[in-house]
Parts: sequence; C-alpha cells; structure tokens
Amino acid sequence: MMDNVVGGKSSLTWLTHISVVLLVAVWLIPTIGLLVSSFRERDQISESGWWLAPFPVELTARGRTAAEAERDGDIFVVTGNIYDDAEAASYFPGGGGDVVAFGTRGVDPTEFDAGTVAELDDGETLRVEADGSYRWTTPEDPGDRGQRIYFAAQSPPEFTLANYGQVLSADNMDRAFINTLTVTVPATVIPILIAAFAAYALAWMDFPGRGLLIALVVGLLVVPLQLALVPMLDLHNRIGIGQGFLGIWFAHTAFGMPLAVYLIRNYMAGLPRDIIECAKVDGANDFELFVRIVLPLSLPALAAFSIFQFLWTWNDLLVAKVFLPSDDASKVMTVKIADDLLGSRGGDWGILATAAFVSIAVPIGVFFALQRFFVRGLLAGSVK
Amino acid sequence: MPVVLQGIMTILVGVGGCVGYFYASNMILDRVIFPARGANIGRNINRANAVRPWLFMFPAIFVLSLYLVYPVVGSAWRSLYGRDGQDFIGLAYYAQLFDGGDFTTAFLNNLLWVIFVPAASTFMGLVAAQLTDKLSWGNFAKAMIFMPMAISFVGASLIWKFVYANDADIGLINAIRAGLGWTDPVDVLQIPFWNNFFLMVILVWIQTGFAMVILSAALRGIPEETIEAAILDGANPFQLFFRVKVPQIMPTIVVVWTTITVLVLKVFDIVYTMTGGNFDTEILPSYMMDYFVTSKGFASAIAVVIMITVLPVMLWNIREARREMR
Repeated sequence: MMDNVVGGKSSLTWLTHISVVLLVAVWLIPTIGLLVSSFRERDQISESGWWLAPFPVELTARGRTAAEAERDGDIFVVTGNIYDDAEAASYFPGGGGDVVAFGTRGVDPTEFDAGTVAELDDGETLRVEADGSYRWTTPEDPGDRGQRIYFAAQSPPEFTLANYGQVLSADNMDRAFINTLTVTVPATVIPILIAAFAAYALAWMDFPGRGLLIALVVGLLVVPLQLALVPMLDLHNRIGIGQGFLGIWFAHTAFGMPLAVYLIRNYMAGLPRDIIECAKVDGANDFELFVRIVLPLSLPALAAFSIFQFLWTWNDLLVAKVFLPSDDASKVMTVKIADDLLGSRGGDWGILATAAFVSIAVPIGVFFALQRFFVRGLLAGSVK
Repeated sequence: MPVVLQGIMTILVGVGGCVGYFYASNMILDRVIFPARGANIGRNINRANAVRPWLFMFPAIFVLSLYLVYPVVGSAWRSLYGRDGQDFIGLAYYAQLFDGGDFTTAFLNNLLWVIFVPAASTFMGLVAAQLTDKLSWGNFAKAMIFMPMAISFVGASLIWKFVYANDADIGLINAIRAGLGWTDPVDVLQIPFWNNFFLMVILVWIQTGFAMVILSAALRGIPEETIEAAILDGANPFQLFFRVKVPQIMPTIVVVWTTITVLVLKVFDIVYTMTGGNFDTEILPSYMMDYFVTSKGFASAIAVVIMITVLPVMLWNIREARREMR
C-alpha cells in the first residue's frame, strides 16, 4: 500500500524481494553448510569447501604397481590398472575418476601429467593414463615389489552416511542422545502442572500479597541462573543428591518456573470473566473450576511454555555441565560436543558437523511442527 | 536402559506427586480442617478460601525460593569465603576482581555484547519484520530467519565454525577471501578486538528471529488510519517507517531490547565453544565458569557482579509490570 504512493511500486517491490532473498540466504547458508558437510567424506571435506560438494574433488592418493613382469627383450614390463591396487582404491570408495597427474616421489606426487612417459632413475620408465592404466618398464626383474605410484585423480562427488554411523555408534553420541532426552522430558513435564496451579491462584484468586508475588515472579524472570550454580550444587551435595539426573530435573524445573508462571498467568488472566463467575455461581469450588474449566482453556499457553522449556532444556549446556557428573554415562549431547568432540576431534569436520546436526535435528523438528504455539507463546510473553 | 527408566519413573512420580498433592491438600482443607458443615459453616468456607491460594502456589513458591531467591543471598554470602568455604575473607575476591587483568577484559567485552547484540538483533528483526510483512512468501522467509531460535548455542557455534574456519576449503569467509585474491587464510577469531564481534554475530543470528516475530506482530497492530493519514500527507516509505510506524511500536521495541539484553548476560556457551575465552574474548559468564571448579568463592563473586549488572533491567521490569496491573 505504501508503495503505490511513491509511484515506483515495481522497483521498490523488487528491491524488497531481493533484500529478503539475500536475508534468508545469509540466515540459511551456515546451516546448510553444516548439513552438507555432515554427509561428506573426510577427505573430500579437507579438499574442497562444502559449497563445491556437487563437483568432483581432486584427491592425491598413492598405490603400488603389480609385480608380475613380462619379459620384453632385455627389459621387464609391468602393466595393469592402478585402481586394481587395494591401497589406491581405498582413497576412492565411490570409484576413481580421471587421473590428472602422477609421480613416484611423495614430495612431488604430481610431477608428470597423465599420459606422458616419465623417465625415472636407473633407466626405468612409467606411464599412467587418465583411466588409471599404467605401463612400467625396468631393466631389472622387479621381484615381488611393484613401483610406488603417487597420483592425483578426480574423485566424483560422494555423499555418505558413514559420519552418522560413526557418531551414533563409536562416539557415545547415542548414549548422550538418550541422556539429553532423559533430562529434557521430565524437566518439561513437571513444571507445567506446578506452574499452572500457581498461575491460576495469581490470576483468579483474591488474597493479600498477590500483586507483590506477581512482581516477584517478573523480577525472578531476569535473575541470572549463574547465581544459583554454586549455592545449589553445594546444597545438592549436602543433602545427598549430588550431581545427577534428580538434581538437574529439580534445577530445570525451578529455572523454568518464572517464565511458566508468568506466561500461563498472563494467558489465564485474559480468559473471559463470565465463564469463571458462572461456574462459581453454579457452586464449583476453585479446585473444580481450575481442573474442569481453566486448565482445558489454557492449553495453548501450556503448549507454548512446554515448547520453550523443551528447547531450553534440550539446548542447555551450562546447567548440564554443573549439575550432571562429567562421565560418559551421564553426558548430554551439548556437553559431549563442546567438551569431547571439539577438544579431541577438533579437526574432524565431518564428525563435528554430524554430531551437531544430530543434536539440533530434534529441536528443529519440534520447532517447525509446533511453530504456531511457539509464536503465540512468545507474543503472550512480550507484547502487551 | 536404567536411565530411561529412571526418567519415566520421575515423570510418573513427579506428575503423580503433584496431582496427588493438589488433590489431597484440597480434600483435607475442605473436609477435615475447615469442613463446610456444622455450626461454623460460613466461617469455615471463608477460611478455606483464604488458605487455598497458598496451597495452589506452595510448590511453585518452594522451588522458586530455593533455586532463585536463596541463591541471591547464598552466592553473595559464599563470595565472602575462601576456596573451601570455611575461612572468611571479606571482600578480598571483589578486590581481586577489580585489580584489573582478565576481569576488566571480560567486563568490557560483556559491555560490548550488551550494547551490540540487542541493538543489532532488534534492528535486523525490525528490518526483517517490515520487509517480509507484505510479501507473498513472507511466512516462509520468516520461518527461515526464525529457525535458529531452535538451535542450541553449541550447535550454532559449530555451524559458524564452518564459516570462520581458518582454511579456505572449510571456512566460508576464507573461501571468499581466497576468491578475491588473498591467498593466506586468516583466523578471524584471533583478530584482536574484532573477534568479539565475530562471536556476537552468532547470537545476533539466533536472536534476530525472536525480535522479528514480536516486532512483526506489533507492526500489524498499528492502526491503519495513522498509516493512511501519513500517506495522504505525502510521506515516503522511509518516513512512513521511521516516523510513523517505529514510534508507535516503541514500547515493544523496548521489551525486545531488554529481553535480549538479559539473555546476553546468561550466554556463556558461544565463547566457551568457539574460543574458550582465549584471544581476549572472555565475557563474565564464561569467566565465571573458568573458576567454577577451582575457586567457588571467586566464581560466586563474579556471579554477584552479573546479578548487579542485571539489576536495573529487573527493577524496570517490575515497575512496568506493577504499572500495568493498576
């Protein structure tokens, strides 16, 4: 509507389209990079950027010729295909592409172009064709030892689930996944009921000090949870809970409580007064009123909060680091990634990408499935 | 898998316990302590109704006081005691903090975070909200920009490692540099001072979606008449946006801004994962975690400093909330 006044409607509209495309691209590209990298071979990751993933990569590999020579006059000739060598083939699990160059010394693996004849020391010659076939001539019987060949070849783009296999089986990530789930579900379910009762009291029951309590909840919303770490871990140790799942459930329940009470109270306070008063006139007491009428009507707010709490507890690193022991049996995924994988496998980008993607897949799924409730919850909490 | 069983048990015990508590306490209140019969029926019903709110609120108040109110005192108290929590050392840790060194770095960096991240996220969110508003595919664009909200700070850090990596075959920034002719890769996380901004970008990337969703709802709530009037008066799109729309959603902008400010003071994950606080990127939350194991008293002192930093926002929030209730 604002556009048609200026007269430059179409140009401004196009500008808007282009800006939003750019914005979305900037926001999506990092995540796409992670996703693509998680499906790539380790060698390919280190040879070319993920944005080149659909294109072949030039890999440097090494192998050895066969040793069975045929005698041809006074020289010995060995022929074959380098890809038949197990070591050379192991670089190209998806099958090798065209050989680009070759050499016989590790310091200069691409000394000669493919298809040319290389004159080696001692009167030997070597030729490697683009298709990998080679011809090696030598004045002496090679015995049982073939000639070392280094070569560079195109490796076709390849996508693999190997990283996922390794992350989920070898790196204890499966255990961490279950631990995350174990922390998250009770820490999401339990606060809801507690908060709903309190929210109802704060919204619809009359008692002295109500305003003060609501103000307190608003204040507690911003208390940094760092403050709770030292005293509460001390307390857990003193009363015998120690570090463990029980402690972290309590902690998450409490840390989510201000937001839960605040969100749900705001929603309940907005319910029509008539309904509640009618029910009271009909003789319902507060308990029945809450359970039969207010609770079912507040489902959207409960859903909104549970999504928040789910994302927050699933994604949490700090609380898990403090309230859970740091052994493999109780590590959650975020701790696993931040402390183990980044430390010991700092250079293994495929594994890192895969682990990260495993840990963000569930929240992203939940997020897209329940986005409507999530947005509604955000709005209830922030816009008045 | 005993852990899973333990989790299921906890849900059952927790939910069952809550339901049982609320149900039983109400029963006892209505049937046993203040029964709605006999001579004092009127008085009993009134008394029961006076007690009931506290029954409803007891579990919430209990966990809140234990985990959020007590620690305010507990941390302040603990910060006055030495490493093992026995010997009283007074304000020695605070003196040590303000002696300079790492704390000053962390504090100043945190100041940068508190200024830059909310400002940038709110601005980007506002721009995104306005641009996507009238677009046919606006909802799709919004969902894409909003998506990082679901990603953990650890996950986001890893995602951005693929942008910042010191290798033109992995890091996007170095690939672009290489494409433009600089062949030597740089590690952007080691550039003094500016590395802080590369870390902040990650949080801006996450929080822009939040700002966008809320501001977009606020923009839609602006009365049409004001916009029409401005157009009739010949306002161009930019004037319309900055002079008419933005002032009307100012209260929401402030809410978004303060919400992100408070969040910034809690996030330690990004610095911890990306640099571990090295290269002068320390901020208060990560600085605190450096000492969490070795010196709980010192860590508590840092936590108290964080609390004091948030205090103005907290008081302002409470004042706003009270004003609304009147």
